[in-house]
Amino acid sequence: MPKLIKDRAIAIDRWTLLKVATGPEVLIAIPGKNLIVPLRFWQDYAIELEGYTGDIGIWLDSDETVSEIGDALGEFPLIALNFPVFADGRSYSNARELRERFAYAGEVRAIGDVLRDQLYYMSRCGFDAFSLRHDQDPDSCIAALDDFTTGYQATVAEPIPLFRRR
Amino acid sequence: MYRYDGYDHQMLRDRVAQFRDQTDRFLAGELSDAEFLPLRLQNGLYIQRLAPMIRIAIPYGMLSSRQLRKLAFIARHFDKGYAHLTTRQNIQYNWPHLEDVPELLAQLAEVEMHAIQTSGNCIRNTTTDQFAGVAVDELEDSRAYCEIIRQWSTFHPEFAHLPRKFKIAVCGTAIDQAATQVHDIGIYIVRGPAGETGFRILAGGGLGRTPVIGQEIFDFVEKPHLLSALEAILRVYNREGRRDNKYKARIKILVRETGVELFREKVHEEWRRIKDSAMTLTDAEIARCKAFFEDPDYAELTDKPEALTKQLAKDALFSSWHQQNVRAHKRAGYAIVTVCMKETGVAPGDVTDQQLEHIADLAERYSFGEVRISHQQNIILADVRQEQLAALYRELQSQALASANLGLLTDIICCPGGDFCALANAKSIPIAEAIQRHFHDHDELTDIGEANINISGCMNACGHHHVGNIGILGVDKKGEEFYQISLGGSSKNVASLGKIMGPAFAQEEIPAVIGKIIKVYKSNREPNEKFIDTYRRIGMAPFKETVYAKAD
Repeated sequence: MPKLIKDRAIAIDRWTLLKVATGPEVLIAIPGKNLIVPLRFWQDYAIELEGYTGDIGIWLDSDETVSEIGDALGEFPLIALNFPVFADGRSYSNARELRERFAYAGEVRAIGDVLRDQLYYMSRCGFDAFSLRHDQDPDSCIAALDDFTTGYQATVAEPIPLFRRR
Repeated sequence: MYRYDGYDHQMLRDRVAQFRDQTDRFLAGELSDAEFLPLRLQNGLYIQRLAPMIRIAIPYGMLSSRQLRKLAFIARHFDKGYAHLTTRQNIQYNWPHLEDVPELLAQLAEVEMHAIQTSGNCIRNTTTDQFAGVAVDELEDSRAYCEIIRQWSTFHPEFAHLPRKFKIAVCGTAIDQAATQVHDIGIYIVRGPAGETGFRILAGGGLGRTPVIGQEIFDFVEKPHLLSALEAILRVYNREGRRDNKYKARIKILVRETGVELFREKVHEEWRRIKDSAMTLTDAEIARCKAFFEDPDYAELTDKPEALTKQLAKDALFSSWHQQNVRAHKRAGYAIVTVCMKETGVAPGDVTDQQLEHIADLAERYSFGEVRISHQQNIILADVRQEQLAALYRELQSQALASANLGLLTDIICCPGGDFCALANAKSIPIAEAIQRHFHDHDELTDIGEANINISGCMNACGHHHVGNIGILGVDKKGEEFYQISLGGSSKNVASLGKIMGPAFAQEEIPAVIGKIIKVYKSNREPNEKFIDTYRRIGMAPFKETVYAKAD
């Protein structure tokens, strides 16, 4: 069971993540769950999803963009952004875009290769939930959110850049 | 120069603590090699052929004498008594132990220095003209903007895992000393429509495997919008730059594959969205940063004082050093002195702990306690009184720092090459030395005049061979080291990339080949014509003919 940090604390995960290859039959097989579905799943099975009884969130891979969700964005309580490998930095841009351009207020969750030493940067870009890779120690990951006291830039976590606060 | 306040110091302390913890976890086996790699790289730490190498940032080349002394201390205590000036205004140590690196960083932090983002796929040290603030042809001092960019790019959370490394250069002078056009982003300070200064911004330049001159993305950005313009370029690159092939991951490939028009459109679309946000620079912030780079307390002096004229007349060695290594200063009675770190027999850019301390002393006594490092791997004393040049020269001589070859054929830009670097295909330092030994006659060198040789030990082009008037690239041919020669490169305002002359040569052939190239230049040049201009006029053919002519 992957470990989840949400709002700076260890949390129970009430969501189920669907893999890319999943078909619509899953909606009948596991009714009433809260599902994080791949972007393509949501695009391809909009009709099947309409009757589903649980909550729906979407996850974007690092080569997908927030604008592909379009006006429906506000309907989702959760958007997850994937890190296929930790060195793939595209999801940082997606997180900022979610928060800053689209003013998305729901949960933004990091999934995939999510490691302790990225968490500070992730939180500055607007992630507020982290589904840690299985081998990560959650307590030390929570501590890593405070690796730095402050930063120079205007970010989601600190919208006023340091030069305006000095 | 810039001085840290409580915020800057805090960030550095946080960084040292973070890296100490990361190193401990790595040594305890809790972090894999692959996971530690980007963490140590973002602290400038490589694992090299013989030992780890650490690269320390010298932001836009500025150093105080206090910092020089700390670098000498580190050379003595963590290395074998020397350091190496790089081709991007950084300094490297080749012999530290991994477990000592956190302590080395803590020592550096005491003097407001660090190794942050000197490697890895992130925004690297911002570089500029080594004569910024004192050059006669300057539109505006670039250093305040370099500092603003340094702060913006330091620990930028969105751009810590770019497709590949990313280098920014800023140029505020008419004559470009910063190789601005071969950077991922090149920024020129220019005048706008209303006469105010702002920025012309290029992107997609670079050397490496595929050398490219940068293309214009913004013709004029007003000062308050500098950071949003940079952020827009970086965001498009972070999102769209190739991540499938490390050799195609630089922004130059993205610009080329997207097409510059479409790339520009994407950047401007992003820019429109973020332009008027909190990152808009305030007048107060620009003024705050400019205040750190105000003129020192210059005396009212006149040019060409009698003391200098007399010394020049009676001391030929001093006179030739003065001719070659001293440049005009914006203030009457002052001069810019370049200490050329290209003594024959010493690896270009290498400097000992004693030399560092000596230069620190000289900086204090002759140049307001500051020096600059150039991308040509030399050290500059930027504010020397002309009447004190002769005394300074004698003091430089005492530490083998008085080479009078600045800008001449033996002022070679050279990477560490196969002697140190794990990436290299071939050695480069012995090549530089062989050429320096071949051209040992100072009169001959001054007769040849301005001509530069750049040597890289592999395609990664740390020695900037593409923009050398004569470029030398080490290549591996079935396990043997060969050297490919190109001609016609330049990183100046009319930037150009060298063309490969023909088949590669063995190491021992190089000095004679360079000799032949110089002979062709000398027999074809017009009065006062520089090597690069003769090459541009007569082309490759005469050089090629002579160099590859069969012996009768």
